Amino acid sequence: MKFLSNFVFRLGLWCAAMALAVSAHAAVHPDTLVGFAGDFSGRIAAIEALGAEGGDDARRILDALEAGNLGVIDNRVLIVEGDTVLDAASGEAVTDILASEVDTLTVNNRIRRALSSARAALILISGSQPERLAAANTLGESASPTLLPLFERALAAEEDASVRAVLIRAAARVNLTDPDPTLRRKAAQDLGSVTDPAVRNLLAALVGKTGEGSAATWAEPDASVREAAAESLRAIDRRITLAQSTGTIFTGLSLGSILLLAALGLAITYGVMGVINMAHGELLMVGAYATFVVQGLFRTYLPNWIDAYVIVALPVAFTIAALVGVVMERLVLRHLYGRPLESLLATWGLSLVLIQAARVIFGPQNLELANPTWMSGGIDLGAGVVLPFNRIVIIFFAGFVLLLLWMMMQKTRLGMFVRAVTQNRAMAGCVGVPTARVDTLAFAIGSGVAGLGGVALSQIANVGPAMGQGYIVDAFMVVVLGGVGQLAGAVWAALGLGVVSKFLEGWAGAVIAKILVLLFIIIFIQKRPQGIFALKGRFADD
Amino acid sequence: MRTPLTLRLLQSTPRSGWLALAIFAAVAWIGVPLAHLVVPEGHPLYLSAYTVSLVGKILCYMVVAVAMDLIWGYAGILSLGHGLFFALGGYAFGMYLMRQIGRDGSYGADLPDFMVFLDWKELPWYWLGSDSFLWAIFLTMALPGVVAFIFGYFAFRSRIKGVYFSIITQALTYAAMLLFFRNETGFGGNNGFTDFKRILGFDITSGATRVVLFALSATLLMLCLILGRYLIRSRFGRVLASIRDAESRVMFIGYNPLHYKLFIWTLSAILCGLAGALYVPQVGIINPSEMSPANSIEIAVWVAVGGRGTLIGAVIGAGIVSLAKSFFTVTVPEYWPFFLGGIFIVVTLYLPNGVVGLWRRLWAQRKATDAAPAEDPTPAAAIKGATA
Repeated sequence: MKFLSNFVFRLGLWCAAMALAVSAHAAVHPDTLVGFAGDFSGRIAAIEALGAEGGDDARRILDALEAGNLGVIDNRVLIVEGDTVLDAASGEAVTDILASEVDTLTVNNRIRRALSSARAALILISGSQPERLAAANTLGESASPTLLPLFERALAAEEDASVRAVLIRAAARVNLTDPDPTLRRKAAQDLGSVTDPAVRNLLAALVGKTGEGSAATWAEPDASVREAAAESLRAIDRRITLAQSTGTIFTGLSLGSILLLAALGLAITYGVMGVINMAHGELLMVGAYATFVVQGLFRTYLPNWIDAYVIVALPVAFTIAALVGVVMERLVLRHLYGRPLESLLATWGLSLVLIQAARVIFGPQNLELANPTWMSGGIDLGAGVVLPFNRIVIIFFAGFVLLLLWMMMQKTRLGMFVRAVTQNRAMAGCVGVPTARVDTLAFAIGSGVAGLGGVALSQIANVGPAMGQGYIVDAFMVVVLGGVGQLAGAVWAALGLGVVSKFLEGWAGAVIAKILVLLFIIIFIQKRPQGIFALKGRFADD
Repeated sequence: MRTPLTLRLLQSTPRSGWLALAIFAAVAWIGVPLAHLVVPEGHPLYLSAYTVSLVGKILCYMVVAVAMDLIWGYAGILSLGHGLFFALGGYAFGMYLMRQIGRDGSYGADLPDFMVFLDWKELPWYWLGSDSFLWAIFLTMALPGVVAFIFGYFAFRSRIKGVYFSIITQALTYAAMLLFFRNETGFGGNNGFTDFKRILGFDITSGATRVVLFALSATLLMLCLILGRYLIRSRFGRVLASIRDAESRVMFIGYNPLHYKLFIWTLSAILCGLAGALYVPQVGIINPSEMSPANSIEIAVWVAVGGRGTLIGAVIGAGIVSLAKSFFTVTVPEYWPFFLGGIFIVVTLYLPNGVVGLWRRLWAQRKATDAAPAEDPTPAAAIKGATA
């Protein structure tokens, strides 16, 4: 009787709803909610069904459940809102039951878990792209066969590639445990399109054996599925290897571009004057601190233009570093010509003074500069390899500086003078090249380029007083490898050194890599003391 | 006819030099032990343990400075990696000192504490024999010697010189520092060796041990000076100086600079190793920061301050800079880098021959003004500076 009355009531309600078709929203089918009247597993099934069904009403019911407002009386599922009682299925007000009579359902952890995945399912259908991606990830982690229809439905409507990938992976994961071998094979094939170490492990487990020795059995009984899994595994491995070696080459290039920026200036000054400027690293530091100051000024006075601070910092850093360089050259190095070892010591002294000055002015702590928005983020290659935009920008920036410098050296009168002095100072002087002025200008340009390197460095590393120290030896190695006064040599040496040391790092660790690179350079100098690109000429002695 | 070696050795140092060495020996062997052990505390002549250790440490630095001067001042090779040889000697002897701790470490194990901490079960192979004092002495000389020989052989053979050589030695010590910073290298990583207890069974903190170590450092310094003096006055030393001044010409005459450079380079490294070995028990710690490029370049400035190409100048320079460092780091540590940097610049710009050169110039000027027919003193001083 009770059942019948319930049925009649529902029928009447349905008719009423039909009659009031205008106001009626797409109500949830009451059968979906029957589970709420049952035991826990029934309720969880009902929650999952609601999630799979989607729509505003489903969301409303789930909200009520989460807030503790969903109750069941006589198999009727009701929502209590203050004093009013609503029928959960239709959303209509119920008058024959008082709010105080309704016993609301308790929400325990299992229910809460089910709720969160049901919510994710709701978002999957109707959320924005980032929301859908997050929801797909959440669901993919706890994928169960009940979610399959949802995945398929979402896949049918989904257009975003990244969300699709996650969904395909989630569905395939579920299907891998399906009793039907064709479904499993399909799933194993589908998973081949995903580049993810977790999926790789899943497939690897599939093609392996469980148990020991002769008692071992295949984890996957069907041979064709195993074959599909192995094929997918190979595809994934190929892509992971590709992504990782691309990543290594990229970090190598990135390191190389930084080394290049540090070494270009050194190559000029060393080429022209035969002086290793041990304070060259500190010119990088000057450039980086100049960037920091420019950023601070933008924060204070032009907060809306903050993204442009790096661009403005470039000329500022160049000028300041060049000025510091000119002062160094005029006050110290000029008086030490022909005494390269003493110049080495004097410039080391200068670097000590500059480091300590930075420490006194800016404090000893490391400063972190914020990347402008157009330099943050990166390209995701999958398999955990990301190519950050700031490093990409720096690689191009290094190329740009190189181009400018090359034009300067090859196409201008000053560049010609610089090359002349590099090749033969005495003879250049004899034919009227103002060597002293060329020295100063070359030193200014070399120092300015180091300042530009400092701007680049400030975008990927911390800015601190001792930041330049680590680069002087490496930069000099680049100059040695490339050959003195040779831009082309410096480029090959910097990029080669960067890539080789990053590959060695992946293989043997950072310290061993450093030592190996050093040994390589020592051996290399044995064979080609003049560097990769030797200057042609006759020098009895230097 | 060749004069006998002893005679040549005696003749190499002038009488005033022998007198100075004798006075120095008397102070180091008799004066300091008395002042530290016999004179009661509070007496104006009393030397505290701190002072004895500090001066002992500076004596070791002076040995390093003399070793540096031998290659820079006389062979024209500027090494920016001499801290490596110093530290290698220190580590070689430190291994022995670590083994002497025995079971008195904080874990009470046979292995040094840091190995217990790393959960190592036995000593690595290169620690074999490190419990023997004689082996330790051998190692303090052999280790820097072999490293220097191999490196020097390849570097000098391909005629790497000047700033190239300097930078590569700096990279060498930097790489070694990174290597020793690793725990897996087996030399205590970051912390290095410390907490020494005994040396040859004697308590390392006792006054008597300290005085003996001090006297040994002083003796090593004197031996270095005598040996250095002998070498540079010999035919070998003259060839070395000509290699410094005109290597190509020396080669064309028929000498092979490789042998000369390699010998003085290896000898210099061995002397540094010995100094390091004496330094470690007096200071009580050795860690990879001794190999930092900054330390090595400081050695060069000692020599530059004192005056290159004069052995006594190296000793004086090491003394001046080390004392200044002790003074600054105690009173105004933030100005030390300014001062040190300033020294680098001022010395290279205005004192190319260092303190000794300045003194000689002033001396020559006074003589010149005393003697009526004034002659230009500088060439004489320069010749003296080059040959002394």
